[in-house]
Amino acid sequence: MSSAVSVDALKKSYNGLEALRGVSFEIAQGEIFGLLGPNGAGKTTTVEILEGYRERDGGAVTVLGEDPATAGLDWRERIGVVLQSSSFYDSLTVTENLALFAGYYTRPRPIGDVVELVGLEEKRDDLVRSLSGGQRRRLDLGLALVGDPELVFLDEPTTGFDPEARRRAWQTIASLRELGKTILLTTHYLDEAERLADRVAVVRNGEIVALGPPAELTSAQPATEIRYRRNGEDVVMQTEEPTKLLHELTSQALAAGHELEGLQVRRASLEDVYLTLTREENAE
Amino acid sequence: MRIFVHELRGEMLLYSRSRELAFFTFMLPLIFYVLLGSVYGSGDTINGYPGADYLLTGMIGYGVIATAFAGLAIVLVIRRENGVLKRLRGTPLPAWMYISAVLLTTLIAFAVMCLCLIALAMILFGASFPKAPASLVVTVLLGGACFAALGVAITGFIRRAEGASAVINAIYLPVAFISGAFFSQEHFPGVLQKVADVLPLTYFIDLVGDVMLKGTQIWSEPKDVAVIVAWGVAGALLSLRYFRWIPREG
Repeated sequence: MSSAVSVDALKKSYNGLEALRGVSFEIAQGEIFGLLGPNGAGKTTTVEILEGYRERDGGAVTVLGEDPATAGLDWRERIGVVLQSSSFYDSLTVTENLALFAGYYTRPRPIGDVVELVGLEEKRDDLVRSLSGGQRRRLDLGLALVGDPELVFLDEPTTGFDPEARRRAWQTIASLRELGKTILLTTHYLDEAERLADRVAVVRNGEIVALGPPAELTSAQPATEIRYRRNGEDVVMQTEEPTKLLHELTSQALAAGHELEGLQVRRASLEDVYLTLTREENAE
Repeated sequence: MRIFVHELRGEMLLYSRSRELAFFTFMLPLIFYVLLGSVYGSGDTINGYPGADYLLTGMIGYGVIATAFAGLAIVLVIRRENGVLKRLRGTPLPAWMYISAVLLTTLIAFAVMCLCLIALAMILFGASFPKAPASLVVTVLLGGACFAALGVAITGFIRRAEGASAVINAIYLPVAFISGAFFSQEHFPGVLQKVADVLPLTYFIDLVGDVMLKGTQIWSEPKDVAVIVAWGVAGALLSLRYFRWIPREG
């Protein structure tokens, strides 16, 4: 399958500071790809180079078969962009905003469809200035989708959402997968990347430090964690052989006739991978 | 062309929805005219012309700088700083088409304001109909284009949306005053006269006076036209160099 996005050894500096030090990844068509990392890791710089907003200092970038630095308006027909901060005309209604932007595309998605897709049916005729933060973010997504793009960039689409709003946004993004869209998502929320992305790249200090499906990244973290309480104190053990260790622990407990209180057996989560990587960063 | 008409209609809708623009750039010249007109408009003569006629030329001058310079600049800074311009750059709308639609909307708003002003002056204070109407139309469009170019240029020198109105007001209100939009410059002190002599609004108001009051045609006033065009070209060049679609970082 041909790639929707291909990034090879991408470099970018600001005033002599290296923001990106050779980032490489590919995104397949129809894939949801997550760029995960703390603030300042280089996520937005990467995405804005791919969107054509920033120039790169080095490396090769192809987005939908073109170099974003030189791509024309036809290329812009095929991408949708959700920027990190919301922006539209506050004095227009939801549908007026969508209709205005829809007019820039040759084959826009019907406004009614977009309103429904982002769940703003009840607000469609309200002025944008009356929308809540979460609703504004959904309108952002709507404006990115109104041109019916093949590739959608979502830069921290749920930052600042309450849990309920985040779950709704996740459903919307998941529904884009069914429409066959390719999505590049940046986030600093682990659960978001784990939940939505087919593959995740963990970015740290302008470099990719881990890349793969969330499940694969977590299995790269070898240890299984076993924890229980003894005399009111937590006991945490990490092992490569959980079956053997668990058997020993339970046999001893059975023989001694006491309970392993609060026993938990847990595989590493993406959060553990992420925290390990962040810890390495702090150790530098 | 379809996209241009679409964008132009969008800009007109945005203009009509903006209470700030409607008041400061559209209503204020009309209100000032009524206020000044009720003081000097009936019976008085200024520089040899009936007060109502003379004030009208100054108010068209005030209108051009309020609408095409101040109003346009504030709108563009706000749109740049809140990210609307950045979003527009991410769509297939060509940049020149967007800018043209915004400028044309500004020119239309200014032209309509001039019509309202002239109608108001004739109805309330018995002002005369402009003596060279065709030249007045050209003058209005020329002035609108010049001040719009300067309005786009100034946005490159304003960093934040919060301060935009303050900076713009600090520029355009003194310029309007010194250029004689409200009063005749005749009794201005020498220094102020010298400043006035380089400002484009002085020449615009002079040109409007020539075509409206004297009935001179625009081509008979090459000096006024040349100064206005020169400022407009300077504005356009500065715009090309300093206009930004994206907020400056840091």
